[in-house]
Amino acid sequence: MSDYNFAYLDEPTKRMIRRAILKGLAIPGYQVPFASREMPMPYGWGTGGVQVTAATLTPSDTLKVIDQGADDTTNAVSIRRFFQRVAGVATTERTAEATVIQTRHRVPETPLSADQILVYQVPIPEPLRFLEPSEVETRKMHALEEYGLMHVKLYEDIARHGEIATSYAYPVQVAGRYVMDPSPIPKFDNPKLESPAIQLFGAGREQRIYALPPYTRAASLDFEDHPFDPSRADHPCALCGATDSYLDEVIVDDEGGRMFVCSDTDYCAGRRAAGHRGTEVAA
Amino acid sequence: MQAVSGGFQDAPEEAAVAFRAAMSALARPGRIERVAGAAPPAPLSVAAGVLLLTLCDADTPLHLAGGVDTEAVRAWVGFHTGAPLVGRGRAAFALGRWEALLPLDSYPCGTPEYPDRSATLIVEMERLAPEGMQLEGPGIEARAELGLPERAAFRQNHARFPLGLDFFFTCGERLAALPRSTRVL
Repeated sequence: MSDYNFAYLDEPTKRMIRRAILKGLAIPGYQVPFASREMPMPYGWGTGGVQVTAATLTPSDTLKVIDQGADDTTNAVSIRRFFQRVAGVATTERTAEATVIQTRHRVPETPLSADQILVYQVPIPEPLRFLEPSEVETRKMHALEEYGLMHVKLYEDIARHGEIATSYAYPVQVAGRYVMDPSPIPKFDNPKLESPAIQLFGAGREQRIYALPPYTRAASLDFEDHPFDPSRADHPCALCGATDSYLDEVIVDDEGGRMFVCSDTDYCAGRRAAGHRGTEVAA
Repeated sequence: MQAVSGGFQDAPEEAAVAFRAAMSALARPGRIERVAGAAPPAPLSVAAGVLLLTLCDADTPLHLAGGVDTEAVRAWVGFHTGAPLVGRGRAAFALGRWEALLPLDSYPCGTPEYPDRSATLIVEMERLAPEGMQLEGPGIEARAELGLPERAAFRQNHARFPLGLDFFFTCGERLAALPRSTRVL
């Protein structure tokens, strides 16, 4: 612990990130530029989320880190160990016990409470980026609240596929103003964006921080005749039998065999501990 | 009061705890948080001192408005934060009593492309209570209530959203906040 400043970053850097977080909370959905630092892990491994977490953690926090819903994948384990070492905070895999949760591409199934903070790792913060490559132009589009291009994109989905085919990083309009990329969470998780918890988004390589204060409206973009549908694979979890969770499809052999299991490992383990069983587990 | 005393004893941990209180207040307008760790010279409150120590440094021009612009405060702010003291037109933070901070249109309120380039005002209050004006908006489940110095200025500020100023209110060891996104009813 004594080898590092608390939570790794130096104090001026944390102040700069903290000021950006406050502006992000004051202007929900707006991407605040910040001077992202080199972190001891490559871009694409959650450096934005790590910096936001470092600026947010206090010594009494309990940290949970998930990668696609799982606590036990490489990215999650290494970030959790990083903060154990440089901040000395307690860690957990239980959603309900955590005060700060850093996530890559999922929102936990267990509903978050007002005492929790969810930090998202964001690869591309700009929802309009793949429609308009110029930062000057997208910034102007946000300033003018000019989001027609996004609706055209969703409309083209419908024209081509008969439905809105965007299934992750599904854009939301925050508090009736800014269109925001909720990071590549499945659209199944979009309804959970309206939450009692504080939600912070950090994009390290792209140097942006944005935020959703508690209970902020985050409306998934749609059309009256094609309302938003947070779709889900039509199976129960093979391990715990849950019918309300987001599922991963797992290939189990070379003959096309597959099973569907909860992406949220803590949720699935908690249900199994409570006695729920799926088809793959003998009772 | 020496300029060199009255700062955080353990800056990394105390600043982290103080920031969480400030963030919680700003994310939940109307909520009153308690902070500690600063002992700034009079007439500054503990909470105002904590906010300065937590958020201000050489990168944040600070405006001291009216009665807080004393030799002792300047020396304390200079030693502990290094924030350059500037006029209101260039301020990233401004500190003072409500009457001294007015008029609000003299502070940077951001640009349409960069609404974050706007000032945050730290308003020293006689009293801070969760009663008075009704608040609605992001961070508030249904309604919140907070005693504000007035109504019209905050309505005007909200009407310019996403441009605008953000406010912290400080009184003794307590603070609350009102971001530009909040509607004052």
